Amino acid sequence: MSARDDLKVMSRNDLTKRLVGKLEHDEAVVAGIGNTNFDLLDAGHRPQNFYMLGSMGLAAPIALGVALAQPERNVVALEGDGSILMNLGTLTTIASLAPLNLTVVIWDNGLYQITGMQTTATSTVTDIVAVAAGCGIAQSSWATDEAHFEQLVNNAVSTPGPHFIAARVDEAAATARPERNPVLWKDRFMIGIDAKPAAG
Amino acid sequence: MTWAEQLLQCLKANDVNMAIYVPDEVLTPLINGADSDPDMIAFAASREEEAIGISAGAALGGTRSVVLMQSSGFGNSVNALASLVVPYQLPVVMIIGERGVLGEFNSVQVPISRTIRPSLDALGIPHRTLERLEDVTPTASKVVQQAFQTHSPAVLFINPLLTGGKEDR
Repeated sequence: MSARDDLKVMSRNDLTKRLVGKLEHDEAVVAGIGNTNFDLLDAGHRPQNFYMLGSMGLAAPIALGVALAQPERNVVALEGDGSILMNLGTLTTIASLAPLNLTVVIWDNGLYQITGMQTTATSTVTDIVAVAAGCGIAQSSWATDEAHFEQLVNNAVSTPGPHFIAARVDEAAATARPERNPVLWKDRFMIGIDAKPAAG
Repeated sequence: MTWAEQLLQCLKANDVNMAIYVPDEVLTPLINGADSDPDMIAFAASREEEAIGISAGAALGGTRSVVLMQSSGFGNSVNALASLVVPYQLPVVMIIGERGVLGEFNSVQVPISRTIRPSLDALGIPHRTLERLEDVTPTASKVVQQAFQTHSPAVLFINPLLTGGKEDR
């Protein structure tokens, strides 16, 4: 039994749109592979979005690097449960460095959805919020419903981090697909977060 | 100057101000040098692929960083290089303390060391090996400069001939 068992299962697509709706200050979003970044694109492309096409498990480390490089900008890492399980050590790095401008959001459907719906440990025994808190990220919370999720995101982008938010989500297949062009997304993202000029 | 002092100076001269490391005994003078330098931030990552992810993120955010690791950790790095750093054309510079060569005492260090250069060659990642004190600054400067100017990863190996290697004790 984990605290997760009694939580409301929400629509990942809907929560992604709610998240993006709360980003009003050009916050950077680094989205992990698969449905996580498909739904981010479906919420409407923003120049501050970075779409990973591979490197499963590295959304949080990439977001941490962006956050350290740009301490004045809030940065959000979007990961699935299977992805974060691949790289739990990064939660200890985030806790140690404690960047004020970083939020990690985990979509937990208990599945390696895109690889064939195999179950992850969060579907049975592992409470990922308890893991994050145990790693030392004090501000770690489950979203209990949509309104609570929005409240947690509001808090994350307006108060010092690091923040960790997890939500139980459904297994609806996302329909959007980012173009498989890594350099295109890199350039758009770097221009979008003022890391390089748009021309010249 | 020692090899570590030369490398640190060379990194700073190329505007590198972040060192992400997975600890390695022979790299300790460089890690400690970066850690105590007011112009650098230095911190440990839990695993090499995580360090590469952080360095990639720093590059995306416009900050130059370097990843320090032991050669054994290269095995933990390959997918991050192959599916992130190389296809996204990110200037991730790795400084790798070499084990498994020239006087190694632990046989488990040897096989991975044989895979690194062929793997880097297959990935198209340039690499240079630093063996002599007088080569450190000229070689490292050009490798680091080219990586950032051409948005490409690069590797500098720190060979036991330069550091004395790690002794069994």
